[in-house]
Amino acid sequence: MSTLAPQPRGIPVPNPSARSQEYWDAARRGELTFQRCATCGFIGLRAFMVCPKCQGSDSERATSAGLGHLYSWTVVWRPPYPAFVVPYAPCVVELDEGFFMISAVVGCEPEDLVAGMRLSVEFHDASDDIALAYFSPVAGV
Amino acid sequence: MTHPYHDVAIVGVYNTAQALELEGHDAESIALEGGLGALADAGISPSEVDGVVGQFAQETVLELGLGPCTRRPNMLGIPAVLEAAALIVSGECEVVLISAGGARLHRERSHTAPWTRPANELVVGYGLFTAAEFALMARRHMIIHGTTTGQLATVAATIRNNGHDNPDAVYFGKGPFTPDDILSSRMVADPFHLLDCAMTSEGGCGLVLVSADRAGDRADPVWILGGATDSYGPAYTVAPVWDYKTRDGADPAGEVGARAARLSFRSAGLFPADVDVAELYDPFSFEIIRQLEVFGFCKPGEGGAFVEGGHIAHGGELPVTTDGGTMSFSHAGIAAQQLQRVIRSVEQLRGTCVSHQVVGAEVAICSNGGSGALFTDVMLLGSERP
Repeated sequence: MSTLAPQPRGIPVPNPSARSQEYWDAARRGELTFQRCATCGFIGLRAFMVCPKCQGSDSERATSAGLGHLYSWTVVWRPPYPAFVVPYAPCVVELDEGFFMISAVVGCEPEDLVAGMRLSVEFHDASDDIALAYFSPVAGV
Repeated sequence: MTHPYHDVAIVGVYNTAQALELEGHDAESIALEGGLGALADAGISPSEVDGVVGQFAQETVLELGLGPCTRRPNMLGIPAVLEAAALIVSGECEVVLISAGGARLHRERSHTAPWTRPANELVVGYGLFTAAEFALMARRHMIIHGTTTGQLATVAATIRNNGHDNPDAVYFGKGPFTPDDILSSRMVADPFHLLDCAMTSEGGCGLVLVSADRAGDRADPVWILGGATDSYGPAYTVAPVWDYKTRDGADPAGEVGARAARLSFRSAGLFPADVDVAELYDPFSFEIIRQLEVFGFCKPGEGGAFVEGGHIAHGGELPVTTDGGTMSFSHAGIAAQQLQRVIRSVEQLRGTCVSHQVVGAEVAICSNGGSGALFTDVMLLGSERP
């Protein structure tokens, strides 16, 4: 069997930008954060300066409960870089707060993946500076 | 219906040799060869060119000694053609050359092609690349509509068989393929098997556009009936979410290209039923199914059934990607394989295809991009000036 697992150190890791540093700092503390527009309530993972829904400029970071469901996924067998261990399962998670993010499912077999399955966030170090958010299945609804 | 684009004709097209590797060339030299070939096809001297659009626009101005000359370094396909058309209708230019090419861009075969590997911070750590990004969109369509891997494989087999029959295709004679052959190729990014995906190769190409006045005495000008472009943001930067939208009442991101198609058909005064051949961009098999839906050839969710029964094959009601596309004809990276959808449309409308000519084709649709990249560009071309 090939239980899906976090990638080992050595994969290409993100270079945080001035705008995203807050996200990565929170990730190292084990917190998943997102951006919320103070005007219209639009939320998204990306740290936006201008709300893409109402174009308002007043927004803030908020912390997610880290629970969501599997919106879409793939199982990769031919990675873009040799450092990635296959198979792995990049996915789109729809968080309960209502935003989408790219992640990867871990802690189950590729055959167990099913649309709508409940997922919970967990963080794993990809380097000394970067922790990546992964999602693993949780029981119940 | 009149539109400024109707005053522009494509009078020269050319593909260089296309191959897995082209010795003695780099991207710039093969693009230049493509441009010179298009000028020769048009019977126009390089000295008549007063505008260059594309990947090496400035270098081409220097190489051909065209200065002072308009240059627009546009790295895309259909948007470059529409920019060239706009230069003509605005009166800035009379003869515009477009060229593109790729060679020596992808020789490190332990990695996927460089243009498939996004470095953006929100995706890079998850091992995403184009096949995985597009798979996330395809999976969503399968969840919503029950689209099957067999239907995806039918698309791939159809297009690869077009290339199998095309002597100019990189994978000429490598088939024929059945859907089962596609499904038994190794898995790349589920649901995409190796043969559901575009290949990588090397090659160049070019086009020449002129004003209607200059095209008047030519036997075979091809006319721009309409064209438009849709984007939801930069490719491979954020999650490719089918349902993503921020404008009230807008199409979701999974339907990117629907607006571009509506605008194109409106400019042309035509409907999908008027199209004789569809030179659709085929980065992955699923994208054909999606485009048939969002361009209006069938209803949402019906694209999977539409591609069955030989409907999109040679001799079918709507032949698709008749040269073999990026799966079998060529995929040289950057813009060449995007421009080649326009070039193949021109060949179909001239009636000069060496394989799988659609007899009497008068209207062609062509496209670039795809949902996994959050953009889709559309053009309609015709053999008669509207």
